[in-house]
Amino acid sequence: MLSLRDVHTYYGKSHILHGVSLEVGPGEVVGLLGRNGVGKSTTLKSVMGLAPPASGHVSFEGRDITGLAPHHLARLGIAWVPEDRRIFRLLSVMENLRTGLDRTGVDDARRAKLLDKVYAAFPVLRDRRDQAGGTLSGGEQQMLAIARAMMLEPKIILLDEPTEGLMPRMVSQIREIVEVLHREGVAILLVEQNVALTLAVSSRVYIMEKGVVRHQAPAADLRADQAVIHQYLGV
Amino acid sequence: MSVGIPVDQILVQTVNGLVNGMILALVASGLTLIFGIMDVVNFAHGDLVMLGGFVGAGTIAATGNFWIALVVAALVVAVFGAALQISTLRPLLGRDPLTTILATFGVSLVLQKYALWQWGPSARNLPEPITGRFDLFYLQYPWYRVATALLAGIMIGALWLFLKRGKYGIWIRATTQDRVMASAMGIPVPWVHTAVFAIGAAMAAASGVLFGPLGGVTQTMGADFTLRAFIVVVVGGMGNLGGSILAAIFISLLEAYASLVVSPAQAVIVSFVALILTLLFRPTGLFVPTPK
Repeated sequence: MLSLRDVHTYYGKSHILHGVSLEVGPGEVVGLLGRNGVGKSTTLKSVMGLAPPASGHVSFEGRDITGLAPHHLARLGIAWVPEDRRIFRLLSVMENLRTGLDRTGVDDARRAKLLDKVYAAFPVLRDRRDQAGGTLSGGEQQMLAIARAMMLEPKIILLDEPTEGLMPRMVSQIREIVEVLHREGVAILLVEQNVALTLAVSSRVYIMEKGVVRHQAPAADLRADQAVIHQYLGV
Repeated sequence: MSVGIPVDQILVQTVNGLVNGMILALVASGLTLIFGIMDVVNFAHGDLVMLGGFVGAGTIAATGNFWIALVVAALVVAVFGAALQISTLRPLLGRDPLTTILATFGVSLVLQKYALWQWGPSARNLPEPITGRFDLFYLQYPWYRVATALLAGIMIGALWLFLKRGKYGIWIRATTQDRVMASAMGIPVPWVHTAVFAIGAAMAAASGVLFGPLGGVTQTMGADFTLRAFIVVVVGGMGNLGGSILAAIFISLLEAYASLVVSPAQAVIVSFVALILTLLFRPTGLFVPTPK
């Protein structure tokens, strides 16, 4: 459904991605592992049109989307949950959700259903809906970032380090929502430092090193044999 | 007031300051909105005021109706502003602020020379649509001036409501806070920028028409408005709408009171003093809570 072919991306003059190729099938949860600074976040940004590839191709549902503006991609069904969450701090929780909800063609019944779904997953957001996004705790902001992406009813979510800096209780809540989204048929490309979590929720895993994909394997294989993980991640 | 200025003069100047402050607030709120969302200091903003004044004058000449002229000027200049943003500022988004300063300064010169060529060097005085006067101490004070302040207040209030409620207000505020995240949420950021520029241009044009009967419309009036609006936007905190409105009233009152003591031309100096003091001691703005 989503595929990257030999994607090269630069930030200014520094060459970050040196020909990344990967695939995510419909409804598939795919992990993207690697040490800090190997280009995992940039890979997601290259898909989202935020760091457009200098060469190579990104396609989505058979269509070449390389270089499309982010707001077009969002409408095609690609949602991005950035590492630093990027909550609209001065907007209320509800207004943060409405940035994705106020699309044309979403009637009241569907709005209510979508909101019910995220409130069921993250009840705290219902309690805080009139509070400014910037006043939420780190974990709550992460929930809001995921909930906000869900408002777009995406076909795929690019999820960047959702558990970074969270307490264990929050981590399991994030894991639950990933599983809920998976059951609903939403594909997820998950960038994580938490190897155990990634291996648990993904069907396949890519491992990146220095701007390229070095290894790919079914998550089950990596769970059975952690040697590759040690080799590339040193954990 | 120990200098022995009669209370009635002070009160008259308070009314004058409030009236001028509201018109200035109308100009400055557009300027600050544009700065907040695009990081563009629009040096042609005052020339949009001037353009509005001339379009208004032309419409009054054609229709004889001031209120139609107010609406027509706002609409014409809004469309012009949208075209200007798409052609001149959109390609420069995210570049060094200096490039947009130069670009808008260039636009300002073009507009001034166009106005000189099209409408000539002499001032146009627009007729007051409300001619009544009321007694204010020693003065026959024009109702029109009071109406101007009210109208400006209504337009600013409408802008406020537009931003606070509804889908497009959320789009504008989200884009102002985080342009990248807004676009990732499907908000068409380039068009939000264009729309905001058009709204700011319309408010500037409306100010030009409202100001017409008070000070006349000339091709050089823009620079003065740009400068004063710029002072207000800095004193109020760049990009802060509420701060700009308060600062517009504050600066205008300061000038009004100062002109009790010195000539109005010299009274402008107090605005610059306020500007410099703000930059020195509260660079984030006078009416902003201390930043975290």
